[in-house]
Amino acid sequence: VTPAPGIEVAEQDGVLVVSVAGDLDGDAREPLLQAYEHSSEGSSAREVLLDLARCAYISSAGIALVVSLLMRCRAEGRALSARGLSAHYRQIFDVTRLSEHLRVLPAGPDQEET
Amino acid sequence: VTQSADQLVAHLRGAPLPAELGELPVQRARRRWRRSPRAVPSAAARPEPATSVDIAPDDPLLAWLAHRPGPVDLDDVRIDTLAVRTLRERGVQLLVPLVTAGELVGVVTLGPPAHDERWSHDARAVLQELASRAAPAVQVGRLVERETAAARDRERVDHELEVARLVQQQLLPTELPTLDGWHVSAFYRPARRVGGDFYEFLPLPDGRVVVVVGDVTDKGVPAALVMASTHALLRAHADRLDCPAALLATVNDALCSDIPEHMFVTCLAMVLDPASGEVVLANAGHNLPLVRRADGVEQVRATGLPLGLMPGARYDRCSTVLEPGDAVLLYSDGITEAHDAARRMFGVPRLERLVGERPSGGDLVERCLVALDAFTGGTAEQEDDITLVTLVRGGSRRSRTAEGGPSAPERAAAGGGGSDPDDGAGGGDGDDELLERFSAPSVRGTERSVADRAVSAAAVCGLDDAAAERLRTAVAETVMNAIEHGNGERPEVAVDVAVWRTSGGVRVEVTDQALTGRSVDPDAPAPDLDLKLAGLQTPRGWGLFLVRSMVDAVDERSGPAGHTVRLHLRREPR
Repeated sequence: VTPAPGIEVAEQDGVLVVSVAGDLDGDAREPLLQAYEHSSEGSSAREVLLDLARCAYISSAGIALVVSLLMRCRAEGRALSARGLSAHYRQIFDVTRLSEHLRVLPAGPDQEET
Repeated sequence: VTQSADQLVAHLRGAPLPAELGELPVQRARRRWRRSPRAVPSAAARPEPATSVDIAPDDPLLAWLAHRPGPVDLDDVRIDTLAVRTLRERGVQLLVPLVTAGELVGVVTLGPPAHDERWSHDARAVLQELASRAAPAVQVGRLVERETAAARDRERVDHELEVARLVQQQLLPTELPTLDGWHVSAFYRPARRVGGDFYEFLPLPDGRVVVVVGDVTDKGVPAALVMASTHALLRAHADRLDCPAALLATVNDALCSDIPEHMFVTCLAMVLDPASGEVVLANAGHNLPLVRRADGVEQVRATGLPLGLMPGARYDRCSTVLEPGDAVLLYSDGITEAHDAARRMFGVPRLERLVGERPSGGDLVERCLVALDAFTGGTAEQEDDITLVTLVRGGSRRSRTAEGGPSAPERAAAGGGGSDPDDGAGGGDGDDELLERFSAPSVRGTERSVADRAVSAAAVCGLDDAAAERLRTAVAETVMNAIEHGNGERPEVAVDVAVWRTSGGVRVEVTDQALTGRSVDPDAPAPDLDLKLAGLQTPRGWGLFLVRSMVDAVDERSGPAGHTVRLHLRREPR
């Protein structure tokens, strides 16, 4: 059984950064959403960055989790970005059309993809 | 100052310094761990000599001394520790730290000089000079001691491993059974001194013989210990020997309580009737036996969970008959998963070809080993334990196959999926080769390792990295569906996986037992992200969509062996 991934949510320069170290799958759902809720409450950050640079595996349940996070961000009026996606998971974000609804950033934090 | 346990205390006797600079009677640093009696002969007329004093490695005096540049009067030591008190009691007056490379390696302790109240400035300078030269020598001496001790330890471990190897050798058969009309051979070579593979021949009273081959995860000593327990359990349940399925179930239950986490044992048990050629077998996750028939080579399909994973596991009884001229090879994955210099795997197909060859002379085991050595280059370190057991039935064959011809690949068994001529993406010329077949328990989380294993088996199909990643995701999602929906997350029910090389690429088959009746609806609407974001669809439901997006084709079929999903992926032309 995959252990729950290391999930950290921290506010940096007005951005809520959600870092996932490990697998983004069904086991990550509760820890991630709880950590996000805990850190986002009372935060004035307008942007959320999902950092997947240290995430080795994303399952379909992980995609569902990103959808849930995206819904929550939208409800709160925050923009969601993702970074650190490998070419393979970039393709998965494309076929699921997630990349149409959130900004996918390349590894470098400053080079935004259009 | 390091806190090492062998912190030294060198000492000088409180001997006179003739003409201040004469022969300074420096005793060699005394090794603390020897704790020899303090019978240092003292000259009767001198002030009380300072004998050597053991200072505990964590005594603060040592840290204090490490930062002193030269000899220190004990009277100037402003800290009160056990060592300081002891040194005072012994009449020590002067401490000379031996420091090298910033590390305190010893302390020379001196009583008062013979002809004076205090040590003179000049004498201290000489002592300091001596200390600066002695310290590195003490350090070197200590390193030599350590190295010698380490060498002794290595020698002892080496000796123990040699004994372990001999003990383990005793567990393996010392001689092969003599079966009328059969040629039996066996080979065992651990990757390290001891190993986790084993094999056994046990005669039954009615003339039949039990053949067992097993492979413990991991290698080396941990594997050898589990191998020994498994072997003992197999022998302890000799009353079950004539029924391989019951034998494996019993040994599995016994092993489950004892085996360390993350370890398990694959094991194949087979009963052979030499007179009729009838073989009854059961398999706990071990490599499938290769049987050479008159018209080709086939794998005997018998699957089950490895031993030690899940109490209550049940094993199917399989049977077949070896006709005159037929042969069976039982093997561990040490041969099929051996790599060549380019990291290509030896693989089952290569082994199948070897089994199918019919040269005029030579033993099949020997030919396998020669081929393996040629493949790996013969020099590379053996990666895993290797076990090979062959039973060849003598006599005339009704052969239609030319001597030396390659074996026909395994044809798919009905119900379990397999190639068929109208196979869309899978090639479909009927010449598909089975690369690997294995089972996994229906436990969430195992889909990752199953996918990794399938992708690694498919490596020979020439997929590029991106395609391999797509296959990994597709297999993981399909196995996840099989675990959750097909087998209802019942750990004792296996998910069976088969990886085939097709003419155009690869096909992976995932079979579940369709226990819950709530399989994934193939006609369910495709997930629509806009609907999901609007709350009109659940955020979930991406599994089948992902699978279909990742591979070229997906089809499903149901039969007596369960519900099978087949994933087809074409190799990109290079």
